[in-house]
Amino acid sequence: MAKEHWAEEGGGARARVFRASALNRVLGHYGLSVHAWAAGAYVLRDRKGGTAVVSDLGALWVEAERLTGAPLDPLDPALVTALER
Amino acid sequence: MKTPVILVTGFLGSGKTTLLARLLERPELGETAVIVNELGEVGIDHHLLRRVDERTVVLSSGCVCCVQRGDLSDELRDLLDRRDAGEIPWFRRVVIETTGVARPAPIVQTLLSDPLLPHHYSLDSIVATVDGVHGLRGPEALQQVAAADTLVVTKSDIAAPEELDALEAELARLNPAARTVRASFGDVEAELLLSGSDRDVREVPVESNEHAHGPKAVVLTLDRAIDWTAFGIWLTMLLHARGGEILRIKGLLDVGGEGPLLVSCVQHAVYPPVHLDAWPDEDHRSRLVVIGHDVDRDALETSLRAFDRATRV
Repeated sequence: MAKEHWAEEGGGARARVFRASALNRVLGHYGLSVHAWAAGAYVLRDRKGGTAVVSDLGALWVEAERLTGAPLDPLDPALVTALER
Repeated sequence: MKTPVILVTGFLGSGKTTLLARLLERPELGETAVIVNELGEVGIDHHLLRRVDERTVVLSSGCVCCVQRGDLSDELRDLLDRRDAGEIPWFRRVVIETTGVARPAPIVQTLLSDPLLPHHYSLDSIVATVDGVHGLRGPEALQQVAAADTLVVTKSDIAAPEELDALEAELARLNPAARTVRASFGDVEAELLLSGSDRDVREVPVESNEHAHGPKAVVLTLDRAIDWTAFGIWLTMLLHARGGEILRIKGLLDVGGEGPLLVSCVQHAVYPPVHLDAWPDEDHRSRLVVIGHDVDRDALETSLRAFDRATRV
């Protein structure tokens, strides 16, 4: 009995597509992209062809950090400046 | 209907067993199953008492913050099975008394993330005892205070009044979202365990401790509705990056609906958000209380606003 991630409860497939689009604004800063995939998963890609399949938002940041090899911090001033553009 | 769980925590010698023993004498707290790590000198009679050996399990994500308590998971499942089979007396609530050095986050994580337990149990309240004579000691005590909905300052009969006042001021700085009560010999109202309600986060003064050093609480205020998808992305990323520094987040969010959304987390463990039917009054601004080490209100607010704007497509 898998439990839905708190940030994704009751959203369904359409909400995941919308969420992936929003996530790409953030992940693009690190050279990553994400697509909503089948069975409630997301596929992360980097520019060198690296990929990872993750089941929810909690796992996404672990894999995104592994692909970039650097910490991802929402308070990073460079990221915040990029998002404000 | 889910069985409510109340977590009673507090540092070594701060009087949590005394508090619990007195509370469980009350008739309105009958039919309570009690899970303890240690069988203390203060007896808890007439209740279904179970002892567990603390055992943590690291989750597959490999994050050190995201450990669960395997012992509690097993025990809570066993209680359900045995109650359903009629092998143990009926119980209507569960109280978990932690050890003095237990970190609350893995316990909360267990109750929220276990595949089975959230369908049968709801974590209603976290009560932390704080020693009125010796004050706060150790990083665990700080985590316990930050996680609490209710703080009970014990030994108020023997502590000096000025020391109690100073301690309560410190507690208000560390966790302004909690309600604080004083107790001597565990003498407090039973309502303390039965009611999960705590202080309205909108009563927390915004500028109370902006310049204090060390662990503290800051209050974020947002004047316009925030996109829920943006907030979910921001908070999951924040807790991933800074889950060790952020001890607690609690707030009411305006996500554009009729009523606010109640959000709460203890380190990485995020409670299921609750939609409230209506705002308590005309003030519909979002408020988030963030408790942690070196938390910077301006940086948090600027980042959250940037995420909200950028992810609106």
